[in-house]
Amino acid sequence: MIVDKLQQLGQKSIAKIQGMGRATIMLFGALVAWPTPRKSFPLLLKQLYVVGVLSLLIILVSGLFIGMVLALQGYTVLSKFGAEQMLGPLVALSLLRELGPVVTALLFAGRAGSALTAEIGLMKATEQLSGMEMMAVDPLRRIIAPRFWAGVISMPLLAMIFTAVGILGGHLVGVDWLGVDGGGYWSAMQANVDFQQDIMNGVIKSAVFALIVTWIALHKGFDAVPTSEGISQATTQTVVTSSLAVLGFDFILTAVMFGG
Amino acid sequence: MTSRKIEVLVGLFVALAIAAFMLLSLKVANSGMAGSGETYMLYAKFENIGGLKVRSPIKVGGVVVGRVRSINLDTEEYSPVVAMEIDSQYNNFPETSSVAILTSGLLGEQYLGLQPGFVDETVSILKSGDYVEDTKSAIVLEELIGQFLFNRGSN
Repeated sequence: MIVDKLQQLGQKSIAKIQGMGRATIMLFGALVAWPTPRKSFPLLLKQLYVVGVLSLLIILVSGLFIGMVLALQGYTVLSKFGAEQMLGPLVALSLLRELGPVVTALLFAGRAGSALTAEIGLMKATEQLSGMEMMAVDPLRRIIAPRFWAGVISMPLLAMIFTAVGILGGHLVGVDWLGVDGGGYWSAMQANVDFQQDIMNGVIKSAVFALIVTWIALHKGFDAVPTSEGISQATTQTVVTSSLAVLGFDFILTAVMFGG
Repeated sequence: MTSRKIEVLVGLFVALAIAAFMLLSLKVANSGMAGSGETYMLYAKFENIGGLKVRSPIKVGGVVVGRVRSINLDTEEYSPVVAMEIDSQYNNFPETSSVAILTSGLLGEQYLGLQPGFVDETVSILKSGDYVEDTKSAIVLEELIGQFLFNRGSN
């Protein structure tokens, strides 16, 4: 009885560790090679379009609305203390430090990560990947590498756009609608936001999340069981795993950056 | 979808991201000191700095003239020494000037209020590295709480 349970536990652990090992080998094979910019740049550009530009709409809209909601909620509490001028720092700091990187990563996992997994999983199921290998084209270099770089490049950019739009959305609600002083909104923000401490740490956070989300998405697709059911499972797993990983790493990064 | 169109859209995306970064770093963050950027240092020794922090503003009559550069403890007297980074534009403070730790509003953060003193023949002008001798904590309530905590904490 107990031995059976132990065996199950061991089996699962070994499977998890093997999966991580395969993911590392995949990433290593995709990234460690002689760079061929002439060949890979057009591929990267195509993926930047698919991963970055097409995610722009959802990022812009959610950024705007999250900034607006933050200002609305913050105002109700701050006005009780007569501290409406702190609305700017509230919106800016919460977006720069937390919401910008985290919500962007979650949306990115849902919008782009799932698409990457499904695309690569289907390529695997329809044996396009093995076809490439037959033609002596390395699918890791041709398929995985440009998608990986596109994700890692575009997510910090998306997070910055998200944050900027959110702050403008906060301005829209706080200043234009609720009547907080516009100069105070910006100047209190400038007095409380530090470039190194807040903005750069936010960028570092979103770069880490980009790496995690893209890597998980690519690995789940590349490792998917090549059936329609397997692909659907892999896509679900991408969203679930990368969301959990982002939230977990967010706590660790926050503790390291702002905890001490 | 032609390759040119993709390139243009990706270019637009990157430009948008750069614009967002510029907005964040120029409009949202305090990019150092406003003005020339040339600064000089003054020092002041306090009994208790309360909640003063590094980068707290230094104000003369409400106008920000500099920021707190660092706060250290004097190892001889164990009293805090605040290093003040002041814009070189304002380099005419006499040595009779005084510094007080003030609070903006009831719940606001603390800042240094610099009060220029009188000038006559015997009074010289503060140079970089000089100490402002006349320092005080302004708000009595806070000083009381501060001293209470200080006494409790020290033994």
